[in-house]
Amino acid sequence: MTVSTDAVRDKGPRSLARARRRRAVSGFWHQYRTHRAGLAGLVVLGLIALLALTAPVLVGAESQSVTGATGGPLESPSAEFPLGTDQFGRSLLALLLWGTRVSLTVGLLAAFLSVAIGTLVGITAGHFKGWYGTVIMRITDWFLVMPTLVLAIALATVLSRSVWTTILAIGVTTWPTTARLVRAQTLSVESRPYIERSKALGGGHGHIMSRHVLPNVMPLVLSQTTLVISTAILTEATLAFLGLGDPTIVSWGGLLQDAREAGAVSSGNWWYLAPPGLAIAVVALAFTLCGRTIESVLNPKLGVTR
Amino acid sequence: MSTDSTPALLKSAPGVDSARTDGPAPAGPSARGPRSRSTTAYLRYAAGKLAGAAISLFAVLVTSFFLFRLIPGDPVKQMTGGRQVSTEQIAAMRREFGLDLPLWQQFTEYCGKALTGDFGTSYQFRAPVMDKISEALPATLLLTGTAFVIYTVIGIWLGARSAWRNGSFGDRFNTAFALTLYSVPSFWLGLLLIITLSVGIGPIPGIFPTGGMESGDASGFGYVLDVAHHLVLPVVTLVAVEYARTLLVMRSSLLDEMGSDYLTTARAKGLRDDLVRRRHAVPNAMLPTVTLLFVNLGNTVAGAILVETVFSWPGLGGLFYQALSVPDLPLVQALFFVFAAAVILMNTLADVIYPLLDPRVGR
Repeated sequence: MTVSTDAVRDKGPRSLARARRRRAVSGFWHQYRTHRAGLAGLVVLGLIALLALTAPVLVGAESQSVTGATGGPLESPSAEFPLGTDQFGRSLLALLLWGTRVSLTVGLLAAFLSVAIGTLVGITAGHFKGWYGTVIMRITDWFLVMPTLVLAIALATVLSRSVWTTILAIGVTTWPTTARLVRAQTLSVESRPYIERSKALGGGHGHIMSRHVLPNVMPLVLSQTTLVISTAILTEATLAFLGLGDPTIVSWGGLLQDAREAGAVSSGNWWYLAPPGLAIAVVALAFTLCGRTIESVLNPKLGVTR
Repeated sequence: MSTDSTPALLKSAPGVDSARTDGPAPAGPSARGPRSRSTTAYLRYAAGKLAGAAISLFAVLVTSFFLFRLIPGDPVKQMTGGRQVSTEQIAAMRREFGLDLPLWQQFTEYCGKALTGDFGTSYQFRAPVMDKISEALPATLLLTGTAFVIYTVIGIWLGARSAWRNGSFGDRFNTAFALTLYSVPSFWLGLLLIITLSVGIGPIPGIFPTGGMESGDASGFGYVLDVAHHLVLPVVTLVAVEYARTLLVMRSSLLDEMGSDYLTTARAKGLRDDLVRRRHAVPNAMLPTVTLLFVNLGNTVAGAILVETVFSWPGLGGLFYQALSVPDLPLVQALFFVFAAAVILMNTLADVIYPLLDPRVGR
């Protein structure tokens, strides 16, 4: 916090701001490190991201093909197929690894879409207080009361089956929570004196929103993003399980749907059903743990356990 | 006080309310102001909330109509399913379902009929949509109602214990366990329960039915037992994935109360720790949780879609899944409206009841 006048002369305001941000980030990391659950979540996510990135090298793209399958249908776990095979004779371990890519991609993109809409709506609704803000918040409230899953299912039903539909359906149904949080934070930031100073110096709407409000809501947006990702991954799996995902792509929810169609439930093939669901739960939990840790670092009053 | 300083939707932080409640006053009827003035203020507030709910319901009705018109393909072609039909037959079917009218005329007719509870005729069952829905409603109410009561009790009890022993092993275990179950897809948990407890693995025999609501051969008290037997696994699944939310909100709202002066006073009076928690802290912490409970109830009805599908439960969710796969337009529309209406009504109820429970708010 203490910067000597020499430093101001030497570095100029821009590098000063950069140095301040760097200090804030390292301070944040210093506190984040003390939360064991958050660290565990981060490590798990790193491992899973690594698996997703190296899947083409580890198992090869041909493992997804139905015609080139090497095993017999519905084999139990063996040395060759550690998790058994599906009804087409494909290795379930390979399919599970490929599914990682879809779940993470859809989860991340849908969450970014959702948080981007939420942030944009929240900041503008908080900044322009008149009729614009009122109308926008009415719309947000209306979206907020809609049952997310039902709306996402409805959207996925009416649009064509593709990964983009899934991303869109999740993105446009989950943004209102973010919008409400961001708006509240925007209102509190805009009531501070330095915003008035900025206005007095001739700062326009765009300048205030992007230079003053946005950096202040970013930490909140970050924690919100990680929490939305885990919702998005769960919703993606749900849509795929209901047969509303892209049928040409291997995903965890799709695997569960395949398992159900292959009669894995009635014949007791737990080794077909257990791994995809477990994978979904682990990834969703890891994102939730990271999100809650970020939240509690930013707002220690929440009292999240370490 | 202005009428709009109410908790509205507690999806944002429940701690928001505690910022206003700076007085130590525990909730009690003595804190109310002059009766007549506050009653009119409350009635005006409640009327505003009800009007808002009516607007929301209308918006949902509009959405339900236009959203599903986007479904590609001709519904009549879907219904005939590729069979050879003459153009006259197709025209007759279009007339039967009112699809030959211009869109705006279909819309006004749809709204007018919906007001009287008529959502048209189901394509696949050839029966009034409202009949199908009222047939399925009791099953859904039974399932979600039972699950709701159980997860509410578990969530509040564990949440209060967790917060009271904040940071202890029990607290960490509780929170971690709840969060883990919260991250589990409900349909997957249901399928696993069916495999382990209904189908049975290896030497373990299945002890619960795989799905449905009744075996059909019991009557009287035996019927009740039979339905309860079928109810166990779906309820366990719903409770497992839903109780975390209640637990976390109860925990954080009790944590908000923990530093309060009135608790110190209660302790200074010499009350046992247990009594301080039960008589003083928990009732105050319950207030934000109560709002959440209503929101939960509305959402659980929609959340039961997957559980009902997995367990072939003859409720609204299972019906929705069946209707989606056709797609059975009138049925999907009506169910979409019912699910959204459940959430809206519960939210409104929470908004209306809250000031009655907490005299510090909105008077």
